[in-house]
Formats: sequence, structure tokens, C-alpha cells
Amino acid sequence: MNCAEIHPLLHAYVDGELDLVRNLDVEQHLKTCSGCAANAKNLRLLRAALQKNDLAYRAPASLRQHVRQIAGERREKSGANENNLLRLWQWIAAGATAVAVLAICLRPAGISPQDELMNEVVASHVRSLMADHLTDVVSSDQHTVKPWFDGKLDFAPDVKDFAADGFSLVGGRLDYLNGRTVAALVYRHNKHFINVFVWPATGTNTVTEENTNRHGYNIIAREAGGFNYYLVSDMDENGLGQLADDLGK
Amino acid sequence: MSATPAPFEELVLPNLDAAYNLARWLAGNDHDAEDIVQEACMRAFRFAAGFRGGNSRSWLLAIVRNTAFTWLKKNRPQAVVSISDDELAEIEDTKESPVAFDKADAGVLRAALESLPPEFREAIVLRELEELSYKEIAEIADVPIGTVMSRIARARRELQNYLRQKGTA
Repeated sequence: MNCAEIHPLLHAYVDGELDLVRNLDVEQHLKTCSGCAANAKNLRLLRAALQKNDLAYRAPASLRQHVRQIAGERREKSGANENNLLRLWQWIAAGATAVAVLAICLRPAGISPQDELMNEVVASHVRSLMADHLTDVVSSDQHTVKPWFDGKLDFAPDVKDFAADGFSLVGGRLDYLNGRTVAALVYRHNKHFINVFVWPATGTNTVTEENTNRHGYNIIAREAGGFNYYLVSDMDENGLGQLADDLGK
Repeated sequence: MSATPAPFEELVLPNLDAAYNLARWLAGNDHDAEDIVQEACMRAFRFAAGFRGGNSRSWLLAIVRNTAFTWLKKNRPQAVVSISDDELAEIEDTKESPVAFDKADAGVLRAALESLPPEFREAIVLRELEELSYKEIAEIADVPIGTVMSRIARARRELQNYLRQKGTA
């Protein structure tokens, strides 16, 4: 490829957005062309300057508070509507046959234990991001994180760093899921945080493997080496699948 | 076990820093940025029930950027100049010797970013400060990926020129 062909690809190249073949083409060209190599270097320097100078603004606490308030007020309103509906249903039920009453008293169909667990997993993930308590032990060193769990759990989770695949270990904490204390391992992939919940898989407590999406979060449930793994993150399903594969090795 | 948080909190609160960052860079000051994010959150609340999966950050940022651009058109009409993508096609990177961008401090870099037209500033903020992919930025700004690439390229060229003129290069 010549300079004119390389030129439009250079930004995508420094952004890591090229497919493998074109990436190799550009690399090959840069080895032999000092002009394009200088351009690429310029772009990298600019990117580095923008990223290392802490230019991002963070939401003020007052705004966070205000948004919580908006959410609370809105929910109260919609909650009031639900109450009215409930009263209407009770009135109908009272006038209906015993069968109808029974039907209303029955638990709504379609909420399986696994469904409930998925909701718990998302709730735990969101809480961990909101309350500034992502990790109880902060370390990228698996030999620091693993012993931290000793004595706090009745099992020893496997703790590994997968930085080579782009998933760096951030730390760990204890969490509570499925009626028991579980280990939560926290990984980071670019700006995405991933919670990995781990607990022993025993008999009926073994997870049904599945990939799903709740409220915009991807969840992967896996069983590997006698442990249940629940991975949850806002990152895309394929990327999350790679971490699931790494954990399963 | 406490109840599952309502979807609204799940969609919005973990992404509030990113939302504020984008609004702040587009509005240019704290006060207006807070107004924009609050209004975007009200809209987000109305749309939350219709959220059908996907990336919650992109979803919220799309609402924030639309709110911000509506605000800009009303309050800073001179700042919003629509640029056709044809004009973007002819972008030449300067083949000047590498410049020492590491000498540029945060103040100069902020001024350089602020000098960009909003669409370009948006593209750079999402790419460099939020570390989003071209695809994610395309979804947020509702433009083709090629346009994202052109905007980023042009924005970088203008940033480089600005920094050269300021003698940090």
C-alpha cells in the first residue's frame, strides 16, 4: 500500500479500530515510510497528552443527589398508581369466585429462581458501582487478593489476573447472593468494570449456563471447576464471553 | 435481600460521570452542564421503560447529547454550524516533525478542546476521555461510523494546529 492509501486509515490505526489484515498493512508501511511514521507518532503523542491530563469532568455530588431525588419522586408517583390498581383488583377479587381469588393469590408465573438470581446479580453490580465500594481489597496481584478471602469464606475461590487478554484484576470483596456469602472479583476492561461472583457449585445449586441481558447489563452464568461464576458488566457480550472463557480454563 | 433497584437508577447513576463530562464539554460551564444533565435525566426517566437492552451508557449519552445540542441551538446558535461530510473528506494531516505534546499542560489542552466546533469536541471527548469505540460514538451521535472517523481526524488536526500555534509544540 502507498501513502495515499495508508493516509485515511491512520487515525483508525492509532485508535485500534482496524481489522487484522489492514492493521498489518499499515504496520508494514510504517516500517518503510518515515513520513507516515511521523504522522502516526504525532497522533499517538496527542492522544497520550489528552488522556494523561485528567481532562474529564466528574458529576458534582449535588447533581448526583438531585438525580436520585428525581428518581425517587417519579417512583413514588408511579407507585401510587400501582396502589390504585391493586385496590381495584382487590375489589374485583372480592366479588369474584373462589377460583379467581386463588388465581390472584398465586405467585405470578415466569419468575424462576434463576431469574431472581439474575436480578440480584445486576442489583449487586449496580450497588458496587454506586456506593464507592467496588472493592474491599484493592490489588492487581492475585497473590494478594486470593489470601484476603481466607477465613472470610467457607471456600477458596480461584483468583487470576487476565491482563494479557485486557482484563486486569482490580480487587475483590465479599457480597451476598442466592442466600449465601459469595466472592466478588472485580476486573477492568478499558472503562468497563466487571463483577465476577463466585461460589461453590453443589448439586442443585449448580447454575444453568446462560447468557442474558438485564437492564442494559450483560450477564453470563457458567460452571467451571466446581464453582458457579456469574459475570456482569455493561461491556459487550463477546468481550465478556472472553473473560468467561479465561475463567473456565 | 433488598429489592432490585429500579431500572432508572441502574441505567443512569453508574453513567452519571460520563453524562456530566459530555454535557460539561458541550455547554462550557458547570451551571448549564448541570441543567442539561438534569433535563436529560427527566427524559431518560420517561424513556427508561422503553429501554430494550444494549449498552446503558451509550443509551444515556445519546439522550444527553441530544439535550445538549438542543440547548446549544437555542442558547449558542453561533456555535452550532452544521458541516457536511464532503467538507470533511479532504483532510490532510500535516507531515511536520513530531511535536512535544507532553509539554502541553491541562490548561492549554482544555483551551484547545474548547476551540473545536461542538460535533468535533464531542467526538474527541467520547473517544479520548470516555475511551469509547467508533461504533459506540456513532450510536450516540446517530451518524455513520465513517463520519465519526472523519470528525475525529479533523478534530485532531485542529488540535495539533492549535497546540503548534500556542508554542507548546
